[in-house]
Amino acid sequence: MESMGKEFVRMENICKEFPGVKALQDVNFSVCSGEVHALVGENGAGKSTLIKTLMGVHQRTSGEIYVEGKKVEIPNPIAAQELGLAAVYQDVTIAKHLSVAENFFLGRLLKNKIGLVDWDRMYHETQAALDELNIKVDARQLVHSLSAAQQEMVIIAKKFFQHSKLLILDEPTALLANDEVNELFKIIQTLKERGTAIIYISHRMEEIFKVCDNITILKDGHTVTTLKTSETDENDLVSKMVGRDVGDMYSIEHFPGGEVTLEVKDLCAEGRFEHVNMTVRKGEVVGIFGLVGSGRSEIVRAIFGADPVDSGEIILHGKKVDIHNPVDGIHNGISLLPEDRKTQGLALGSSITNNINLASYDLISKLGFINVGTEKQKAQKYSDKLRVVTPSIAQKVINLSGGNQQKVVIGKWLCRESEIFIFDEPTVGIDVGAKSEIYKLMEELLSQGKSVIMISSYLPEIMGLADRIMVITDGGKVMGTLEREEFNDERLLRMASGLETA
Amino acid sequence: MKTKTKTPNDGTQMSTFKRLRSMPEFNLVLIWLVFTIALSVINPTFISAGNVTNLLRSTAIVGILAIGMTFVIITGGIDLSVGSTLAFSGMLAAILMDGGMGVAPAIIIGVVAGTLVGVIQGLIIHYGNVPAFIATLGGMAIIRGVVMLMSNANKVLVPSSVGQFAVLKLFGIPAMVYVWLVIVVVGIVIAKYTIFGRNVYAIGSDQEAARLSGIKISKNICYVYAFSAFCASVAGILMLTRLGSGTPTAGTSYEMDAVAAAVVGGASLSGAVGSVFGTVIGTVIIAMISNGGQLLGINSFILDIAVGALIVIAVFIDKKSKKGGR
Repeated sequence: MESMGKEFVRMENICKEFPGVKALQDVNFSVCSGEVHALVGENGAGKSTLIKTLMGVHQRTSGEIYVEGKKVEIPNPIAAQELGLAAVYQDVTIAKHLSVAENFFLGRLLKNKIGLVDWDRMYHETQAALDELNIKVDARQLVHSLSAAQQEMVIIAKKFFQHSKLLILDEPTALLANDEVNELFKIIQTLKERGTAIIYISHRMEEIFKVCDNITILKDGHTVTTLKTSETDENDLVSKMVGRDVGDMYSIEHFPGGEVTLEVKDLCAEGRFEHVNMTVRKGEVVGIFGLVGSGRSEIVRAIFGADPVDSGEIILHGKKVDIHNPVDGIHNGISLLPEDRKTQGLALGSSITNNINLASYDLISKLGFINVGTEKQKAQKYSDKLRVVTPSIAQKVINLSGGNQQKVVIGKWLCRESEIFIFDEPTVGIDVGAKSEIYKLMEELLSQGKSVIMISSYLPEIMGLADRIMVITDGGKVMGTLEREEFNDERLLRMASGLETA
Repeated sequence: MKTKTKTPNDGTQMSTFKRLRSMPEFNLVLIWLVFTIALSVINPTFISAGNVTNLLRSTAIVGILAIGMTFVIITGGIDLSVGSTLAFSGMLAAILMDGGMGVAPAIIIGVVAGTLVGVIQGLIIHYGNVPAFIATLGGMAIIRGVVMLMSNANKVLVPSSVGQFAVLKLFGIPAMVYVWLVIVVVGIVIAKYTIFGRNVYAIGSDQEAARLSGIKISKNICYVYAFSAFCASVAGILMLTRLGSGTPTAGTSYEMDAVAAAVVGGASLSGAVGSVFGTVIGTVIIAMISNGGQLLGINSFILDIAVGALIVIAVFIDKKSKKGGR
């Protein structure tokens, strides 16, 4: 952490105005070579705008940018690249049907003497870069055969290979499992030692405290402050981000002892999960903890009817039910809020009205004709209730922030009057303020006697919210279920890694 | 544009102009108006009752195909088989009439059989997981082949009473135009007021999200190709009345005209975007280029070039304005 070098980028008094909105006002930010600098703030605080201004996507309204002490103009992303600035965005962009090496040399493939592609040299140089960062990937492999984590690391390696001097990582761990996160941190450490400056954007506090040297906090387009990581703690940081003391976000009221609503008996699906048993009561949150890819999403998808099962029973209110597809699941009062809300939870190009009613049209129509008045009324009701921030319910959901999108998904199921809400990673990519609102909402659902099943790989979240946690390890094997008083982060991790049973 | 409409006091009480301005079809209607006025000024014959009637009549058939195509395109699909399906329904009805069947039952059977062709294609696309482009490209060739086999590649004459419909007028407007109008109204109602219509947009926006919201994808995909084939079949019958015979080559390349009308009307081939009203305007604009061009004595090859350019420009402007709006 002491390997910080000279100041690499300095952004001074940056202002950025969009028509009608001041996105950034007098923001100051700098990062040194060999430094990992966290950029934190709620969604809408201006993080993305600041980064896009640096990367030449947006043009600042006023202010100065210095790279290695020299004043620069960055009119477009190519100029940013030429200055050695590189960004790895949340939605990873890479040519999936090409090999790793081709991706490294995309747009400037090496040629041999007679003008043909020089594969040997490309493979060789790519492999050298991968090896240097200790990434266990073959340069000849096609990218789509790699895991999401490997793909991300390949992209980082590519930027490193292209001699980027500043690397911006935007929520780099959103798709990674715990051990993969550690891999990533090792890579970051190596890059740091090589003198790369890194801007690290994340909503996950524990990561920030693990890898970052300094932290700059943005709020409403202003710089709140820049701190040394060693001089602050999680609570302090969160209260500075939201400008108020949030207290213990994860403590919600619990409503134990309700009657059993859902029982899952010996549910099996070859190759995805095996022998899943689960009991869910009214007013209860049942957590499912497991690493990414362990089969946890597959379990809840099967309960909802999104995927088929081989054997086992699903019992609702003491009666066995047949659930073969999502329509069956929905008619039995089950709802699924998928992990990937953008591609599975929402019709992004459609309006809020349309999305909130999406699962309920059969309830507000006769002979296939929709009662348009009721449709609007319901959308308005749930949009208000959930405090979706939007100028109008006619707004397309693609224009909403992550937190508001998640609220619309919740609204869809409230509108359907579901009884069992299955949340798959409900707060990934959602800022602190919206997170606590979503927890409050869960609490309200519970108080009304609804049940929640929640998958989360974030330990403070699942340990804080769940009444019980079922732990899954690779291949969808159930390692056991812990009651609230038995919760222990180390034990949960050991179980999820298959090292221990309950 | 979005931030402008966000100012405090016009959230609910947008002025009528602003509301019109925010309609996706606004630019389109504007273009249409400009065209109409320009053509009328240059050559007043253009807005003569005779020419308008002529224009609408010649457009009705493609106009009907384009309505069905619009729904298919909104789901993110495409239906290249409509030209062949048009020929199929017309030919089937013609052969049945030729064999002595009454005009009405023959027409009904022709339309029903044509619609079933769409159902089959929908099933293949959904259950066979064959891309719509491929399935309907194959369908286009297969159905055309079937039509050729049925007719031995010959025209099949129909009773002259059938041909009467094509020249029939009500209140001075060709009967064919009324058929088009009915299909347009049906299309608008489906899109706005039915579950099916809403589902079409949701599927085009994101099929998996739609499925996980309890929408039966297979059923809706079948419906949408069935509706497209139904439109094609109705168009086929109109074609039959216009030509006075079942014609094996009827409707050749009409699928492209239908796609063009929908795209000029604002439909996006990546799905979820498009409207029946937009498609109607798109259809009329394209028709006006060829009709107006002919009146002005412009070489018809040049008109082809103009229509082609219009398609590309329409999409270009659409993409540009969306980027600007963000």
